[in-house]
Amino acid sequence: MARPRLTEGAVYDGFTIGPLLHRGGMAMLHEVTHPDHPGPLLMKVPLLFEGEDPAAIVSFEMEQMIMPRLYGPHVPRFIAAGDFSEQPFIVMERIPGTSLLPRIATLPLPAEEVAAIASRIATALEAIHRQHVVHLDVKPSNILLRESGEAVLIDFGLSHHLQLPDLMEEEFRLPYGTAPYMAPEQVMGVRDNPRSDLFALGALMYFFATGTRPFGDPLTLQDLKRRIWLDPAPPRALNPAVPPWLQETILRCLEVDPARRHPSAAQLAFDLRNPDHVAMTPRAAKLKRDGWRQRLRRRFDPDARPVFRRRTALPGAAPMAPILVVALDIGAPAPVLEAAMRATTSRLLATLPAARVACVNVQRHHWVASDSALDGSGRNRHVQRLVALRHWAAPLGLPEGRVTFHVLEAADPAAALLDYATANAVDHIILGARPASFRKRLLGGISSEVVAQAPCSVTVVRPRAGN
Amino acid sequence: MLIALLADIHSNLEAFRACLDDAERHGAARLVLLGDLVGYGADPLAVTRLAMERVAGGAIAILGNHDAAAIGRPHRMNPEAEAAILWTRTALDAEARGFLATLPLEREEEDRLYVHADASRPEAWRYITDAEEARRSMEAVPHRLTFAGHVHVPQLYGLTATEKITRFRPVSGVPVPLLRPRRWCAVMGAVGQPRDGDPAACYGLYDTDRSQLAWMRVPYDVATTAGKIRAAGLPERLAARLFRGA
Repeated sequence: MARPRLTEGAVYDGFTIGPLLHRGGMAMLHEVTHPDHPGPLLMKVPLLFEGEDPAAIVSFEMEQMIMPRLYGPHVPRFIAAGDFSEQPFIVMERIPGTSLLPRIATLPLPAEEVAAIASRIATALEAIHRQHVVHLDVKPSNILLRESGEAVLIDFGLSHHLQLPDLMEEEFRLPYGTAPYMAPEQVMGVRDNPRSDLFALGALMYFFATGTRPFGDPLTLQDLKRRIWLDPAPPRALNPAVPPWLQETILRCLEVDPARRHPSAAQLAFDLRNPDHVAMTPRAAKLKRDGWRQRLRRRFDPDARPVFRRRTALPGAAPMAPILVVALDIGAPAPVLEAAMRATTSRLLATLPAARVACVNVQRHHWVASDSALDGSGRNRHVQRLVALRHWAAPLGLPEGRVTFHVLEAADPAAALLDYATANAVDHIILGARPASFRKRLLGGISSEVVAQAPCSVTVVRPRAGN
Repeated sequence: MLIALLADIHSNLEAFRACLDDAERHGAARLVLLGDLVGYGADPLAVTRLAMERVAGGAIAILGNHDAAAIGRPHRMNPEAEAAILWTRTALDAEARGFLATLPLEREEEDRLYVHADASRPEAWRYITDAEEARRSMEAVPHRLTFAGHVHVPQLYGLTATEKITRFRPVSGVPVPLLRPRRWCAVMGAVGQPRDGDPAACYGLYDTDRSQLAWMRVPYDVATTAGKIRAAGLPERLAARLFRGA
């Protein structure tokens, strides 16, 4: 069957074909319009020639399977698709503006800007990971920013869906991806680990913070594999303006073993938004690559060589690396309640070895007495609260990096907690129920408001009466 | 149109009814029974009669190896299956036996082939348990889609234009696009005796408009089914395995 020609002005399947916007190696992008779908749309049409790389077809098939299943602000809205029996195409929302690619001309960027961009990308990655998709081609040209600020991930042609057949994996022996950003396990053919996207984001952060790609732009498989044993120069060696916490974060993303990277994109976003709470390791202070002995060992010693395995977790299972928030009312001593909350937290952590806990104390902001930050004995009340939070958490025995402490000041404690949970992609809030009292009347039942409006699960801990 | 695909019912009336109800709730307009109505379980007559009712109403039914054995076309079976078949013969009436004797080994409908086992030699009752067995089955027939049973474990095989074969373990309830021009061989799980560790009854829902197939899981009253198997004096393991789906 002759394929209809998609030329400007033609109408196909109700879509009026507009100007050709881009012609890439695998597909053409046309602007299109449709009377039923307001706003600018984009039609992606795969390039199919005799003897064409079959990857173009297979990656288009993957995108056709994955795109209709994705939703939310971090992906282009899917409109329609046509299959290979007639004219293959995908129509999606056109995101205004350009990708992050032009930013490459302005590198290096200041650390705050790198963190601001990367935290948005990490949030977008978390959104697709929760929808069972690993992107596997995170790079500047595949990321756009909406006017409202959210990062949008495009091009799911190399992606893996944990609940759908992986046509790319079955079809090709060589890894597909973009060389400067590809995770080591992806180089070795593992395509189902969401942390591969964190590696790519780490490479992007490294590039944006230093102006240099951490592994160059290798052209052969042999050169691609070097990243398994050859660590990149620490970012601070290239750009001393990179703060230690950002180097810590970048190098953690670039860990060869996926298990040593952040457990989830949400946890990475959390670090990028809370630089003061990044747990520092020797990575933060490194100014040189690892020594030649270490490199040689990683390269040639079979015991030191990393082994990349496919994940065995059940697809569709709840996230195994959640962020838990424990909201503690440190101001009023309530030892029984605090112990009960610790017991609940401890039980949750026992089943979630990669979970991370943020201990939060919300202080009601008093607009009038603004000079009361120092109490009678002259100690800073904020610091006192942090000390109290640490004291509460100490029996949990969590290593640094798995627990952080935060004192929020707000006029409305419930709203502050809800904002915090939303901004940090929190999975679970643990709250204490106060006995009916003067105080509860005063605070207006924070827990019921949080339960009603939280974007996640909430556990309200109430010790049995008489305990 | 939504087509419900039920394989390996194995005289399990509770699971059969649960799947039929579930398919109806989802709006299935067509029913295909992919073989092995009887065997193993304690309700061969009731299950066969329900199937006859549905076939009279337009459903398609295919012959399975246990159905064939129950009407006296013997082939090699394990001792438990053999014991259940001997009992099943006594439980079926002439009408039910007559119905089973009319069932075809395969049926085609548009681009789809319905068959109980490997389509390259349906009468040999060979299992499709790996990619090469799926390739043998697919290469022997011209159809774009093959729907089979017999294995009791859900699985999807795809054959690409370049003759590469893919294998995928479907996730319950998640529709998988059966893209053109690829060809696909879908092995349904079992309605009446699942063996993939999930005791819930398994059946397929194929959407012809979108070319998507979902493997559905439906809980049913296992205790009642197992009780009937024990009361009939059938091997204990045939009752116990239903609780584990193994």
